[in-house]
Amino acid sequence: MSKSLHVPTMASYAAEGKQPEVLFWVGCAGSFDDRAKKITKAFVKILNNIGVKFAVLGTEESCTGDPAKRAGNEFLYQMQAMTNIEVLNAYEVKNIVTACPHCFNTIKNEYPELGGNYEVLHHTQFLKQLLDSGRLKVEGGQFEGKRITFHDPCYLGRANDEYEAPRELLRKLDVELVEMKSCKKKGLCCGAGGGQMFKDAEKGEKEVNIHRTEEAMEVNPDVVAAGCPFCNTMMTDGVKNKEKSADIQVLDVVELLANAKDL
Amino acid sequence: MENVLEYLPQVLFILALAYAVYFFTRNVNRLKRNINLGKEQNRSDRKKERLKKMMRVALGQSKMVVKPIAGFLHVIVYVGFVIINIEVLEIIIDGVLGTHRIFSFIGPVYDVLIASFEILAFLVLAGVILFWTRRNITRIKRFFAREMTAWPKNDANNILYFEVVLMLLFLTMNAADHQLQINGAAHYVQAGAFPISKFLLPLFDNMTNEALIVIERAAWWLHILGILFFLNYLYYSKHLHILLAFPNVYFSRLDPKGKFNNNETVTQEVKTMMDPNADPYAEPENDGDVPDKFGANDVTDLSWFQLLSAYTCTECGRCTSECPANQTGKLLSPRKIMMDTRDRLEEISNHLNKGESMDDGKSLLGDYISKEELWACTTCNACVEACPVGIDPLSIIMEMRQYLMMEKSDASPELNNAMSNIENNAAPWPYNQQDRLKWAEETN
Repeated sequence: MSKSLHVPTMASYAAEGKQPEVLFWVGCAGSFDDRAKKITKAFVKILNNIGVKFAVLGTEESCTGDPAKRAGNEFLYQMQAMTNIEVLNAYEVKNIVTACPHCFNTIKNEYPELGGNYEVLHHTQFLKQLLDSGRLKVEGGQFEGKRITFHDPCYLGRANDEYEAPRELLRKLDVELVEMKSCKKKGLCCGAGGGQMFKDAEKGEKEVNIHRTEEAMEVNPDVVAAGCPFCNTMMTDGVKNKEKSADIQVLDVVELLANAKDL
Repeated sequence: MENVLEYLPQVLFILALAYAVYFFTRNVNRLKRNINLGKEQNRSDRKKERLKKMMRVALGQSKMVVKPIAGFLHVIVYVGFVIINIEVLEIIIDGVLGTHRIFSFIGPVYDVLIASFEILAFLVLAGVILFWTRRNITRIKRFFAREMTAWPKNDANNILYFEVVLMLLFLTMNAADHQLQINGAAHYVQAGAFPISKFLLPLFDNMTNEALIVIERAAWWLHILGILFFLNYLYYSKHLHILLAFPNVYFSRLDPKGKFNNNETVTQEVKTMMDPNADPYAEPENDGDVPDKFGANDVTDLSWFQLLSAYTCTECGRCTSECPANQTGKLLSPRKIMMDTRDRLEEISNHLNKGESMDDGKSLLGDYISKEELWACTTCNACVEACPVGIDPLSIIMEMRQYLMMEKSDASPELNNAMSNIENNAAPWPYNQQDRLKWAEETN
């Protein structure tokens, strides 16, 4: 589907003196990482398809500072946070949606203390709301009956107690939702959080993502559904490492929805 | 002379009690002093919510039962110990006043009470034996980490042995008393019901009342002295959790787990840096408040709550068994973080007890916790979620990382690269911020 995407910026809205319904915070992975960009585009396709008026910051967006904060560089984190808050407040942003649980958590929980107060939703929560209000229609499509297991991102699940929104979206696809041994509150990390994405792991018996992939493989899924670009990378690598790429797809929840709608 | 001898047991009892209370108070005061070495942290807000959480998690054991077998056994032992303590109250009054079973005047209710203490004592005994089996025969993995050797290992078993001995003494005391009641011995009022200890009666066949009195008195004394000893063992043991679990849960974090502490000192610095009107050469306004360091490398840099948590930790290892780093063979163990914090605090405490300086050239970071452990953390919060008593090992890891990063610039080159990328290009990878919207032009 090579239909071009409609991605307005906050600057263009502001130029017309208008406000979008919601700001889509794309995040660094969603902007630059080849795999994560597909998630970004899938989300935009759905927003375009059902006519949600959204905008992005584009070149005015910068890293939320999450990796800096979790790595212990509070200075860098707060510099990033305050710069972003200045931009967001200048545009009088009220609602934010993002497909990255790390951006989601940081803006929602940690920006308020630095002067940034917004309603922040993870894209699965946002889509769930659209579903509930009837704007988004979801049907099984190509994933009907497929075995799908959802890998809880730490910063959506444990960190913010959201376990149901992604699962409800998946159930709408008429899939066979199966749970891994460690799920929800006890969900096992993919290994990318806390700055680990940007460094080599410490010495050990194996990599965390391999460990998690093994747990996923125990339930024989057709698809491992993710809700985080970093989890997605880690699980994709894990599946590749196990030479299972032909049998197990790793897809973001929004990619499953977009694919089901043939967007 | 005879009169004096008559009061001797009472005098001895009061002396033993007074000494136990004195020693316990001294240790409680040391505990308070040590916890107060920690930094200020406001946890006096949202009192109702805190009280509710304490009722649910500490009193209600809601997180213990996440692991059903251990949880069930723990609830039995916990309920047993709390309720049997009503009996200890009677024993203490009897000991001070020289009476025997002073509560027996309440009649049938007393019978019910004694009977239920006996049943609970039996259940505690069974629970403790199963606990011991799990720890020593089944060898559950989380009890065999590298931090679970020497004292921590012995301590865990000591507690179990102690509880077995106390319960056996309690039941022996009751059985002998019961036999004396049956024999109609003087001073042994007809009181209580003995559904468990009655099975011990055959042991006393053909014994004289004198011998029975010796057994009853010996069991009575050993039981109460054992309890007073146990009370004072707490401070040196993981068993301290029976007291500290309550305040620790009460003062634990209520915010979402993803919300990490905001470092206020850094906020002030960053605000000044970003203020276009700030005079870069100005003297700091209140230089008395300038912190000596960012982050933590010793226990005195941590908050009082984190130190309270270190004393609360019961070394169950649920945190460590959920930790993704630990599961994949890395050095990090959240339980060890808490134990190290406590051990280092106790080291400082010993200096203070001797009137020495706290500064011994050692620190928590380096002498106890290694960088390798700290850098293995994925900040996933599994340890925080797993803790049955509201401990947050992650917050300690984070503050020590802050120290490594901001005071020592001590991170791997890869991580430092990501940091400078964020600083220079506003993303952890070396892409240009001006290219941030390029994806929107791509068609696939």
